[in-house]
Amino acid sequence: MKFTRRGFLQGTVGAGAVAATGFPHIWIKDSSLARAADGEIKVGVLFSLTGTTAIIEESLNKAAVMAIEEINDAGGINGMKIVPIIEDPASDPATFAEKARKLVLGDKCVSVFGSYTSASRKAVLPVFEKRDNLYWYPTLYEGRECSKNVIYTGAVPNQQQDDFVPWLVENFGKRWYLIGSNYIYPKEENNYCKKLLGELGAEVVDEEYVPLGHSEFSSVINKFRNEKPDVIFSTVVGDSVVALHRQYHAAGLDPQTMPMASLTTSENEVAAMGADAAAGHFTSAPYFMVWDSPENQKFVDAYLSRWGGDKVTHFVSEPTYFQVYLFKQAVEQLAASDIDPTTIREAVKGQEMIAPQGKVKIESSNLHTWLWPKIGQCQDDGQFKILQQSSDWLEPIPYKAYENQVCTEEGLKET
Amino acid sequence: MDVVLSQLMTGLSLASILLLVALGLAIIYGATGVINLAHGEFVMLGAYSAWALQTFLGLGLIESLVAIFAIVAAFGWVIERIVIRHLYHRPLDTILATWGIGIIAQQAIRLTVGGELRYVEMPKALSSSVSVLGVETSAFRIFILFVAAALFILTWYLMFRTSLGIKLRAVMQNREVASCFGINSDRVYSMTFAYGAGLAGLAGALVSPLKSVSPEMGTTYVVDAFMVVVLGGVESLIGTVASSVIIGEMTGFLAFFSNDTIAKAVVLLAVVVLIRFRPQGLFATKLRS
Repeated sequence: MKFTRRGFLQGTVGAGAVAATGFPHIWIKDSSLARAADGEIKVGVLFSLTGTTAIIEESLNKAAVMAIEEINDAGGINGMKIVPIIEDPASDPATFAEKARKLVLGDKCVSVFGSYTSASRKAVLPVFEKRDNLYWYPTLYEGRECSKNVIYTGAVPNQQQDDFVPWLVENFGKRWYLIGSNYIYPKEENNYCKKLLGELGAEVVDEEYVPLGHSEFSSVINKFRNEKPDVIFSTVVGDSVVALHRQYHAAGLDPQTMPMASLTTSENEVAAMGADAAAGHFTSAPYFMVWDSPENQKFVDAYLSRWGGDKVTHFVSEPTYFQVYLFKQAVEQLAASDIDPTTIREAVKGQEMIAPQGKVKIESSNLHTWLWPKIGQCQDDGQFKILQQSSDWLEPIPYKAYENQVCTEEGLKET
Repeated sequence: MDVVLSQLMTGLSLASILLLVALGLAIIYGATGVINLAHGEFVMLGAYSAWALQTFLGLGLIESLVAIFAIVAAFGWVIERIVIRHLYHRPLDTILATWGIGIIAQQAIRLTVGGELRYVEMPKALSSSVSVLGVETSAFRIFILFVAAALFILTWYLMFRTSLGIKLRAVMQNREVASCFGINSDRVYSMTFAYGAGLAGLAGALVSPLKSVSPEMGTTYVVDAFMVVVLGGVESLIGTVASSVIIGEMTGFLAFFSNDTIAKAVVLLAVVVLIRFRPQGLFATKLRS
């Protein structure tokens, strides 16, 4: 055989062509394997363990980790283990985004469970939308968001207020004082509250927002004394909740005639402020630690024995726990080679389970969750007494305060 | 009328808390020239001491006040001996050093006690409200008002009627000359620093039943305290009282007639404008330079 320049060139081009078609094949195989390789499914757990919101996010981290351990101990998902990759975003939205990128791109997680504050959720949203990954958000929030990359398992305003506001008007009266921390969540909740109050013919005597972290409520309490509202509707958050309740208590105001009705005071906040300051006030939420059901009994027992008898479960840690099980149910439907954020999203639509609070379901149109709103009154022992549960599970409508907007599977529709 | 009276009381209550926090800072700053950014952490340590004495020893708040003063004063004394005394001739470096001490104290509490919010039980006898001039006020806030007044009088007495006070004022005017007259200025400084820290600790303990106790709680207090000291004029005890009352009443009234967000901004703006035209503060002690 004669070795010519032309023959050599033809040969190398041919070899190059084989290589060019060959390599992508290898890469495709690799990337499909990476999602559920060696019988392992990687998920991210993104709750702050340090910084200002670590107080509450630590309990969410614990609930998620416990659910993952339970699933793995019971044999995993179709024989595959869930491998949690835990990151600490340090209560800082920019760090949230950075860690989310690491979990999605570096670790190739198929889903991430995370966030307590809306600010941190908004910060990671672009990461998940750009990579078409899935973020599981357990906190009650202000609604008005429609993303196909977030599964929301906490309550939106209509689920906390539709039963609560009419009940309070009926039992206490029509003069309302709205007090909240100065940021988006209280403003959106109050927006919806004012809409409901308008329909009921009730009146808002004052609406006030205090700076985040504010701890001096003496002027606010003088206004309470002066206006004598029937209901104080509170969306104050963080350590301000503690200061507001303790100063209300010190001022000698009476929860029987002027109760505070809160969307943000859980067992966790009550433990921080002391039961004496919390007793007599009301909270609306889909879950309370005392809720009497076999599923909740199991959840509370497991949580206390895993993390310590002085801990509490609350209305954010419960959704954190059950959303991991919804994730499991969705992944169970899929063949190992198909496991991918987009296929998980399709599989989770309409998925149902018996959670500690009752039977919940992911709504296909907006990826929010059907929940069971309850009204609780805080007692002397720091636990709530459940006064009422809604007669049926309640549909999540994240845009209920905005009548011309609807969240659908295709995205936000304006009419 | 009722409204005005009740707001006056509220303003006084705010002023008494400000005075409690600022008094220690004013003394340390006035006497040693150290800009103590760890002051907020002394407040925080006082609150945690109250919490610890209550939780582990079952002591009520009022019984533990002396112990809390001693604990935080001892802490302040140690800090002064180890760090601050090397920096008296480098006042700018004290900012960095005390800030670092503040961060260390915060994280040490977070690591040992945990980050959860805590609270301190209010003394039973003071947990109701009382009527003063026809205005319903929390008994505990009245108690704070009296304690703040008492501590102010005690501090004034220490400074102007005791030999330690005379030595302190001598050192404040001229350290070298005072030393020549046989005053142990080192000792005077460390005593002053410890006393200021102890006062901050008491402030933290006294506000802890009204507010939440957390490792970061000191940060807001240190800002308020500096505002009071700067407005009142450093080295002036009367100035500290006057500016506490002015800021407290202003915040109270503005918060009542608008809201707390606006009150905070307007008060800060007013202080900035005032400092622009009177940089030495409202009450400056005249010194020969």
